[in-house]
Amino acid sequence: MTKWQKIIKLFTTFFRIGAFTFGGGYAMIPLIQKETVETHKWITDDDILEIIAIAESTPGPIAINSATFVGFRVAGVLGSVAATLGVVLPSFIIISVIALLLNEFQHIQAVKYAFWGIRAGVLALVLKALINMYKKCKKNVMAYIVMALAFICAAILGIHVLIIIVACAVIGLVYSLVKKGGNEQ
Amino acid sequence: MIYLELFLTFFCIGLFTFGGGYAMLPLIQQEVARQGWLTDAQLVDFVAVSESTPGPFAVNIATYVGMQTGGGTENVLGGILGAICATLGVVLPSFIVILIVAKIYDAFKESKIVKGCMMGLKPAVIGLIGSAIVSMANTVLFADSFNVSVFGELQFYLSILIFAVMTLLSFKKVHPILIVCLSAVAGIVIGYALDLKV
Repeated sequence: MTKWQKIIKLFTTFFRIGAFTFGGGYAMIPLIQKETVETHKWITDDDILEIIAIAESTPGPIAINSATFVGFRVAGVLGSVAATLGVVLPSFIIISVIALLLNEFQHIQAVKYAFWGIRAGVLALVLKALINMYKKCKKNVMAYIVMALAFICAAILGIHVLIIIVACAVIGLVYSLVKKGGNEQ
Repeated sequence: MIYLELFLTFFCIGLFTFGGGYAMLPLIQQEVARQGWLTDAQLVDFVAVSESTPGPFAVNIATYVGMQTGGGTENVLGGILGAICATLGVVLPSFIVILIVAKIYDAFKESKIVKGCMMGLKPAVIGLIGSAIVSMANTVLFADSFNVSVFGELQFYLSILIFAVMTLLSFKKVHPILIVCLSAVAGIVIGYALDLKV
């Protein structure tokens, strides 16, 4: 396969991944694994684990992270552009259309009722996502303190979320350095 | 310049959210509300739309906010330009960071600084989403109609009921899209049956 064929293949493959995964995030991993490891043999299963580890410790959505990473591995910077564009485009097109339709239809009474019901349902979905994240988080005294601190600062004190994120990263860093220092003594 | 503002705001959101998906919710809520681009209720509605359409939440919300604030219904081209700016903004930070990490992967993987920061970031995101849920619940349950004494109270209890049932179903591993559909049907049936004011 020439480089340009690879780049086109990257685009179409990630376009498919973007078009057929609902919910985003980790829901995309099985399809990414199937397409990139089993079908095209671009990367290995170990690479997939690596990508998940990287995605967890870098900013941004996991779909974008993995598209960029796989694209780069297969065909360099151009490959990563093709893969990222591919994974973004389906959402972009679908949501653009929905944004226009939503404006047209939101005055209909049935649509208003539907969204009244949906809002309560969404609250349940986000709560479920929160509980899943809580279960996966490594728990120690520092983690509980940071959780409580972040919650209080955002919900009660109204401190800017960016400041809270940076401060908590610093707390984690200081804690890990101090803890390591303590172990060595 | 609205397009530059869209780009910069979403660039910032993309750069500072770790974990993806709903980890973005607190920052989006704060920034989008501060700029007056979406109300809390619109944001909650959009979470439902995003759950029922393919693709990552971050791209969906960026496209939607860009489309709405860049043009709205009258100006489709302006909307599309807004959507492009916002989406590019949210995607670019992860794109750049991953390109760098892909080159220095081994150093990155072993970095004690990265590991240390993550120890603080993971629990922080949980606390922040908790705060976002409290504020969303406030919008969902105590909508403007709450002061309309009888109807308001009835609506409040009905919302709680739908929320409770859907929470139960989501723990039974019912698919999120099905939950959005069931909630919509419940809303329509209860709404028409009791002639609610929403």
